[in-house]
Amino acid sequence: MNAIPKHRASNDTARTIQPAWVRIAHWLNALAAVLMMLSGWRIYDASPVIHAFMIPTGITLGGWLGGALQWHFAAMWLLFFNALFYLAMNVVTGRIKTKFFPLSVRAIAHDLGDALKGHLSHTDPSRYNAVQKLAYLFVMFDIAVLILSGLAIWKSVQFPLLRELMGGYDFARVVHFCAMSLLAGFIVVHLTMVALVPRSLLTMIRGR
Amino acid sequence: MKPFKSVTSTVDQKSLSIDVRRELDMPSRRLFGKRVLTLGGLAMLTGCSLSDDKSVEMFLSRVSRINDDVQGWLFDPNRLAPTYTEAQITRPFPFNAFYGVDDVPQVDGSDFRLKVSGLVHDTKVWTLADLYALPKAEQITRHICVEGWSAIGRWGGTPFSEFLKRVGADTSAKYVGFKCADDYYESIDMPTALHPQTLLTFTYDGQQLPAKYGFPMKLRMPTKLGYKNPKHIMEIFVTNTFPGGYWVDQGYNWFGGS
Repeated sequence: MNAIPKHRASNDTARTIQPAWVRIAHWLNALAAVLMMLSGWRIYDASPVIHAFMIPTGITLGGWLGGALQWHFAAMWLLFFNALFYLAMNVVTGRIKTKFFPLSVRAIAHDLGDALKGHLSHTDPSRYNAVQKLAYLFVMFDIAVLILSGLAIWKSVQFPLLRELMGGYDFARVVHFCAMSLLAGFIVVHLTMVALVPRSLLTMIRGR
Repeated sequence: MKPFKSVTSTVDQKSLSIDVRRELDMPSRRLFGKRVLTLGGLAMLTGCSLSDDKSVEMFLSRVSRINDDVQGWLFDPNRLAPTYTEAQITRPFPFNAFYGVDDVPQVDGSDFRLKVSGLVHDTKVWTLADLYALPKAEQITRHICVEGWSAIGRWGGTPFSEFLKRVGADTSAKYVGFKCADDYYESIDMPTALHPQTLLTFTYDGQQLPAKYGFPMKLRMPTKLGYKNPKHIMEIFVTNTFPGGYWVDQGYNWFGGS
């Protein structure tokens, strides 16, 4: 009786697809991103970048501008330090290379075609297909842009180079808004894919 | 983070016993329980119930005070805010206050006296003529509002550091505070008070500062957000006791740097 669970156990360890640090970073990032987005929407409403477009206050966080700013400037530390941890671990463990590369335009086009036809195979969850690789690399880049444009807005005088890189204070807000919209788009697609392949949710929770 | 603590710990115990009964190598279940709770917690956030929680409020204001320190550390006393040309001035420059433009205080300049108090050598009152005789400085800079919008304006007056020198202010003190004719009050850190672009201004766009922009004087700091720039100043004091501010006491960040 004993031998069977033992055998299974070693097999399970070998099949770990998402190491613990990836899962921890993923869920902390999810929490930070949601807090940043909900509070950011409230801040946005105080002076909308697109004048005709307001976000319903019912789905925002903070109650008023001051409260939203407190949430935003608290959650930013979680987003920032977690992103640093995630990137550092990716580089140190070499995961960034093995999981996300090689990546080619041809492979992306091929896998995207398969995905749209519903032919994309998910038999081996330990390997990302080219569209996944692109999507995850994109969201890393997008969050980096969000952090940098946010920093340019927050400290436009103290970081002149960053401010100019973002096209000045006012344009940094446009960049920040666009990067937020792209992140929102990513989340919608990401959650849809999780709903289509529910096993991927388990992978991100228990690692296999 | 605090509000989740008590809930997660009970789940920890429950799932721990499950783990023991089943396979020892399934800590993922414990994690799963936490995740589910986190999602539930997130759902609660939008309902604002958590925002009203006292412990959350305290946590957030503590982080805000840490952010004051971070900004004080990031602040470079020699870094200048960008300046602009006359053609770039925003016209009309927006009026902004915690009241409507009809309620702007009308200060009588003829019998106006600026009070100076706290950690200064000279507490004599200042007439407008005394103030207008101070060394002149002018700048065209961007006013950035905490709401996100910005506008470029032209202010003229005297470097605030000059004024502080003349009243013999203890520049090793932590704060400079302001009391205003519209019952607004505000305070700033000493390094910003001494910044070369921090001006005590008496003019806007070459004209005497109009009432709506803060007659008789406004402290103009392009290194800080709009609400940190007090208008209609009646008294200036130097202190080591944190004086707060009108918006700051309601939750805006105190340093409010840019």
